Amino acid sequence: MLSPDIIALLVKATLDTLHMVAVSGALGTLIGLPLGVLLAVTGRGELLESVIFNRIVGAVVNIARSTPFIILVVAIIPFTRLVAGTSIGTAAAIVPLTVAAIPFIARVVEGAVREVDRGLIEAAQAMGATPLQIIVKVLLPEARPAIALGLTLAAVSLIGYSAMVGAVGGGGLGDLGIRYGYQRFLPEVMLAVVVVLVVLVQIVQSAGDWLARRFNKRHLKV
Amino acid sequence: MITLEHVEKTYPARGGGGAVTALSDTSLHIAPGEIFGIIGRSGAGKSTLLRTINLLETPTRGTVRVDGVDLTSLSAAQLRHARHSIGMIFQHFNLLSARTVYGNVALPLELAGVPKAEIRKTVEPLLDLVGLADKSGRYPAELSGGQKQRVGIARALASKPKVLLSDEATSALDPETTTQILHLLADINRRLGLTIVLITHEIAVIKEICHRVAVLDGGRVIESGPVFDIFAHPQSPVTRSFVDPVINRDLPDTLRARLTGSSAEAGGNPVIRITFTGDRATDPVVSVLSRRFNIDANIWHGQVDEIQGAPFGTLVVELEGAADAIGGAVAFLKECNLGVEVLGHAVPGHHRVAG
Ligand SMILES: Nc1ncnc2c1ncn2[C@@H]1O[C@H](COP(=O)(O)OP(=O)(O)O)[C@@H](O)[C@H]1O
Ligand SMILES: [Mg+2]
Repeated sequence: MLSPDIIALLVKATLDTLHMVAVSGALGTLIGLPLGVLLAVTGRGELLESVIFNRIVGAVVNIARSTPFIILVVAIIPFTRLVAGTSIGTAAAIVPLTVAAIPFIARVVEGAVREVDRGLIEAAQAMGATPLQIIVKVLLPEARPAIALGLTLAAVSLIGYSAMVGAVGGGGLGDLGIRYGYQRFLPEVMLAVVVVLVVLVQIVQSAGDWLARRFNKRHLKV
Repeated sequence: MITLEHVEKTYPARGGGGAVTALSDTSLHIAPGEIFGIIGRSGAGKSTLLRTINLLETPTRGTVRVDGVDLTSLSAAQLRHARHSIGMIFQHFNLLSARTVYGNVALPLELAGVPKAEIRKTVEPLLDLVGLADKSGRYPAELSGGQKQRVGIARALASKPKVLLSDEATSALDPETTTQILHLLADINRRLGLTIVLITHEIAVIKEICHRVAVLDGGRVIESGPVFDIFAHPQSPVTRSFVDPVINRDLPDTLRARLTGSSAEAGGNPVIRITFTGDRATDPVVSVLSRRFNIDANIWHGQVDEIQGAPFGTLVVELEGAADAIGGAVAFLKECNLGVEVLGHAVPGHHRVAG
């Protein structure tokens, strides 16, 4: 069985992971959500069509999205030092996690917003709504179930990424798994880490599904 | 109330396809308080025409005036303001799924910055008007199609518009619900003096509530006028194709088989269609013909209908008698302001009515 020391480490690592995921998820949403909305509404034939802006931002997002996370972590170490003052530990890990979360969330939100029926935009325009009003009163509320699911997906991915930053000294569950489970060859620690990660993912996914269902007023029982 | 002058709309070429001229040189004048119908086949340009009225579609050429204001000359902000006085309803309702019935009807007022208390004072009577007071807290997904369209109508009326645009508002509804929605629109038109422009591909909708109608084909208005006149005297083949099925001007096939186009060689009696309109629909013309011209009028087919509350009928008769008597009879019918049309000649040998 796990010793009390190991259990204490496990609890600490879990809290660190939650901390990293929560902060990077929140920052990622703060920037990724508006970015996603912008991507959606500046596309060709959309509300605020601006093809050049859309192309450029889209390209940047694609580059960030297609860079393997572990390479991203290493590549932005100078930037991480600049922001966090260090390149190891939980605080430092939040930087690459956020950088990875932003384009991910932006694409997910873009997809959700694009799914909104064009007829609703047209109806709002016919009522004399401004583009900002259309975004706030029509697009975001209508896309809310899909955005909730998208953010859930992002959170689940961040839990996985946060375990990966452990490999480069990021702290959290991944770090614990590598140092104790792998390097000191304590398979039961490795197993415990995996179990905790699985449970975390399950909880996040269930919460997200529940929220999306609550937001979705489209398939109500009559 | 609404004046379109030489409006043209060309959609630019895009991805392979060439430019599409959806509307060419269209002029319309729609009077305050009237229900104006626009009918046409799919792709005729109806939606484009309707959407130019609130400038959802910017015309390539021409001017659009609503309530005295040239919309094409307005800034974006002025146009948004002008749109508050033009309501619109849609075939697929376009209700916000995340808002309740109340929230949907309140939306245009929220957008206009109306205070909450005042919104309530406007929305509640509107829900009463459309018969949905008890559904205030429901979501669109919990409503039937007809109820959704009622919400759409209430929402369109929330900003107290002078004009209501309807894009195939009943096309997704069953016939019974269609009738209810049309009656609601007619009722609103009477009560609020609202000008309604509705587009449809269903002639029954025009017949039911419109005062005047324009027939659109290939992006052009090919015929327009009071609904009664269009039904009674359709000019173009497209208009006929819409009108005929409803008022049954066509002869049944069994009778049509007894007609020949050429006259003299067939030697048969002329078969004419008499169109009765208005008060004339109840005149005893056939008996007058027999008495005055000494001819027999052999009735083939007939129908009396009502359009816009006025009786309207057609009668197909075969005239049997001396040639000059028949000529006189036709002239007499024309004098009576009845529509007369020679359909052909009866194939000899058929004298009795069979239809
Ligand atoms: N946004 C658009 N871009 C290009 N072509 C269009 C667009 N909207 C309509 N059209 C074309 O314009 C014509 C008229 O369309 P529409 O006004 O929708 O007809 P209707 O409502 O009578 O069916 C059609 O040929 C259609 O393909
Ligand atoms: Mg259409």
